[in-house]
Amino acid sequence: MGTNKKEIRLSGSGGQGLITAGIILAKAAVLDDILVTQTQSYGPESRGGASRADVIISKKKFYFPEATKCDILLTLTQKACDKYSQDLKGSGILIADTTFVKNITILNSKVYEVPFTKIAEEKLGSVLPTNIMSLGFIVKLTKVVTQKSLKQAVKNSVKSQYVDMNMKAINIGFKLASNYNQE
Amino acid sequence: MAKKTNRSVLMQGNEAIAKGALAAGIDFFGGYPITPSTEIAEIMSEELPKIGGKFIQMEDEIASISSIIGASLSGAKAMTATSGPGVSLMAEGIGFAKMVEAPCVVVNVMRGGPSTGSPTKPSQADIMQARWGNHGDAPAIVLYPNSVLESYQLTIRAFNLAEKYRTCVIVLSDEVLGHMREAVTLPNMKDVNIINRIKPNIPPEWYKHYSKNPKYISPFASYGEGYRFHVTGLAHDEYGFPTNRADETQELMDRLKEKVTHNLDDIIQVEAYRMEDARSVIFAAGISSRAAKEAVIKARKSGRKVGMLRPLTIWPFPDAILKKYMNNVRRIYVPELNQGQLINEVKRVMGSIWNYTNTKSHSIIPIQKNSGQLITPDEIVNIMKEKK
Repeated sequence: MGTNKKEIRLSGSGGQGLITAGIILAKAAVLDDILVTQTQSYGPESRGGASRADVIISKKKFYFPEATKCDILLTLTQKACDKYSQDLKGSGILIADTTFVKNITILNSKVYEVPFTKIAEEKLGSVLPTNIMSLGFIVKLTKVVTQKSLKQAVKNSVKSQYVDMNMKAINIGFKLASNYNQE
Repeated sequence: MAKKTNRSVLMQGNEAIAKGALAAGIDFFGGYPITPSTEIAEIMSEELPKIGGKFIQMEDEIASISSIIGASLSGAKAMTATSGPGVSLMAEGIGFAKMVEAPCVVVNVMRGGPSTGSPTKPSQADIMQARWGNHGDAPAIVLYPNSVLESYQLTIRAFNLAEKYRTCVIVLSDEVLGHMREAVTLPNMKDVNIINRIKPNIPPEWYKHYSKNPKYISPFASYGEGYRFHVTGLAHDEYGFPTNRADETQELMDRLKEKVTHNLDDIIQVEAYRMEDARSVIFAAGISSRAAKEAVIKARKSGRKVGMLRPLTIWPFPDAILKKYMNNVRRIYVPELNQGQLINEVKRVMGSIWNYTNTKSHSIIPIQKNSGQLITPDEIVNIMKEKK
């Protein structure tokens, strides 16, 4: 990663693990010794409502803690895609889970269409690690944090019985990203 | 061997407040959970029993504030945490704590109001509530951090000020700050300054729980230590017994006020950023100051002489510091997540020193938002451009 600030937004609906993913990404940045803030926005519902986590990662000091112009936007629902696509920078990238996102209207930005949820269900027998698989994809593609730190952050964050499944999910994410040209 | 310095860890604002309370030596937490402050109570319920402290989930906020006052009178360092709706219920108790001079800390993680409002959204609309929430005149010491590390530091400071001045100190936070995570490196405990209330060193029969000396703040005997005193919300004499005498009542009220107003330098903290040559200043507190600082950096890049003043102590309001810095300033921007609270204080202070008749040459410009979203750096910069 360069010295530039990266504004990352992980969006979808409550229950998809986006805030957890945001925390894990932020922990990885701390392990890499880069400056980071993680904020979130959620409704009063714990499941089903709109949910987003913002992670800002930078080598230079910054102050405002929320993403205003996203470099990287992950959308796991159509609603999130519709709502946040306009917050992408022209040079930003959109990563859409095509299990749920069927209609992408954004111009300019690069778009990566991957059916994360479907792949998680098929390869791991559970939709739960979709969030971690997406993180693997983002990190391999954009190098916002190191792959090693991401893995360590997951290990530090999830219960021991789920580490294996999440490591598999990360590796699938890495593999999916290596199909594309590196950013 | 690993180095002895503490590791940098990712921490949430609310977690930092809980850790700050533990560092300050909290013995008792009585509270009732409410979004967006709940993590503080959660952490307290886990951590306090481990160190021999007590956590009680009370039946409501009235009971919560009452419980921490009782704990304080029996010698405990005590805290509760809530949000605006809870502070509304605690108002009477906060006034009582100030009247009976029971050191305690109340945390208000602000959310959108009034009433139930927007539980999961930030606001800064309780700034005046923190000052005037209780009926009657009383001092208010209110601190408002703007980062996770500062949430830790100012919670320790709140305990120290509560103990030192025997009053209820309020720590403000907000939904974004409370739930935000940042990397922090906590200091070693030996580097943390902890103040404890002064204990009496005289025989019990000479003891006055509310004596004027030394320096307006009486030494504090706890219940059960053999010192006799009375505690009442009524106006009281030096022993704590109710009084109707004009001289004693006036003296009590003066003392409650002056123990704060005579120690402003000790209580007030303000951050001055790029103020050296500033002609325009953004006056902002808490989470809005994060946007303000970014706006200063952006405006400076385009050659504008902009600075930021940020009160870490909201109350007492930093009148003298404003006067010192703002003399040559022509425009003051006040971004806040409410319908205009801090701005009126700024107007009050500046009205007394600018003596301006031409409002075109000097102005105080509101930047206000009540949508549950933060004011962004660009929004501040754009308003500054309009006023060029």
